[in-house]
Amino acid sequence: MSTTLLEARQLYCERDDRVLFSGLDLSVGSGDIVRIAGPNGSGKTTLLRILAGLNLSFEGDLNWHGYPLHGQRDWYQANMLFLGHRAGITASLTPLENLRCWVDMRRPQREASLWEALADAGLEGYEDIPSAHLSAGQQRRVALARLYLSTEPVWLLDEAFTAIDQGAVKVLESLISSRAAQGGAVVLSTHHRLQLGECRVLELGGA
Amino acid sequence: MQPESRTPVTLTDAGSGLTRAGMTTFHRELLIAFREKQDVINPLVFFLLIVSLFPLGISPETEFLREAGAGIIWVAALLAILLSLNMLFRNDYADGYLEQWVLSPQPLAMMVLVRVSAVWVASVVPLLLLVPLLGLMLHLPADRIGVLALTLLMGSPVLLLIGAIGAALTVSVRNSGMLLALLMTPFYVPVLIFGTGAVTAFGEGASITGHLAILGAMLVLTIVLAPFAIAAGLRMSVANG
Repeated sequence: MSTTLLEARQLYCERDDRVLFSGLDLSVGSGDIVRIAGPNGSGKTTLLRILAGLNLSFEGDLNWHGYPLHGQRDWYQANMLFLGHRAGITASLTPLENLRCWVDMRRPQREASLWEALADAGLEGYEDIPSAHLSAGQQRRVALARLYLSTEPVWLLDEAFTAIDQGAVKVLESLISSRAAQGGAVVLSTHHRLQLGECRVLELGGA
Repeated sequence: MQPESRTPVTLTDAGSGLTRAGMTTFHRELLIAFREKQDVINPLVFFLLIVSLFPLGISPETEFLREAGAGIIWVAALLAILLSLNMLFRNDYADGYLEQWVLSPQPLAMMVLVRVSAVWVASVVPLLLLVPLLGLMLHLPADRIGVLALTLLMGSPVLLLIGAIGAALTVSVRNSGMLLALLMTPFYVPVLIFGTGAVTAFGEGASITGHLAILGAMLVLTIVLAPFAIAAGLRMSVANG
């Protein structure tokens, strides 16, 4: 049942007079897991930000369900979850408030499911502590709690595995696999060796 | 941590829950202002200091203060707003929330307008509440304080909205405080001229409807157009990040 969700054709991007990639084709359908690999500075983050529609300095075509992305921005954004290096956790707000602000911008949500999601992310008992008091890994988990509330078919995860412990990495792997099995599509960049069943690898900076 | 998500994968249509998203944006801004009180209090103290130093520095004569008082309060309010601009998007840019906010499936210009309104409520309204008090301190007659408050009420959203365009464009620039002030000051001049002009005309017994009409036109124009410019500026800044 693989339908193509997001498609990139002939992407070309340069940064500071250096060509990061050119002629890059990528098609992501439901059930796909794509890992973007490559050394530091090879353009993994740039590619993910281009796919998220954040970075606009590229050449080539991006299609969402076969339509040009720039014409479908609202529709695409309602169905895409992007998690960047800086996860958007506000230090002065509690994990619960952070999560609520994020979800309420997107869809209605029961209060109980916010608590569930935070518990699922391993933050039980930390819901009401200002995020500034949490460790880096815990702050990362606040951001990962969004994944438990997400209905978005497309996940773009940039270095999602940084700062979290071994156990959490394992859980996140299975979360990603089960997501793909449900019909979601995941594009991620990481230096971790992942134990994912079916995972395509897109190598950047090889040339 | 749970290995599976409870929510199913669903393809949704674009754009729903505009009211909910607006309320969230508004509420979040007020909540942060409440938690980070110094960001709200600093411009207020700055405002109070400038206004109270003028009589000491130039002349405490009633005659002089009655003439210059409205101008002093206007300039001080303008500078205080300029000072608070820098904080408008900076923290959210630094922690990445701005990205997530720009990526939310809502019309960004509307969200921007809501957000700037929340900032106006949190940091400009307290400043306006101080105006009658400072007016009395500068020996302004009560009716002239009324006109002054009215012009500030109409002018301050214009200052904030225009300033937010600059803030959105410079948020990705390091130490952009001075750059922002330099960029924005020329755009503030007309607002200042018509704001203080109304109070002066009122003092001379002339009609102020012309001044107020122009201020009102600026207000309507910025409310309608500035959010689009701010939204475009934010998209550009986020792209650079």
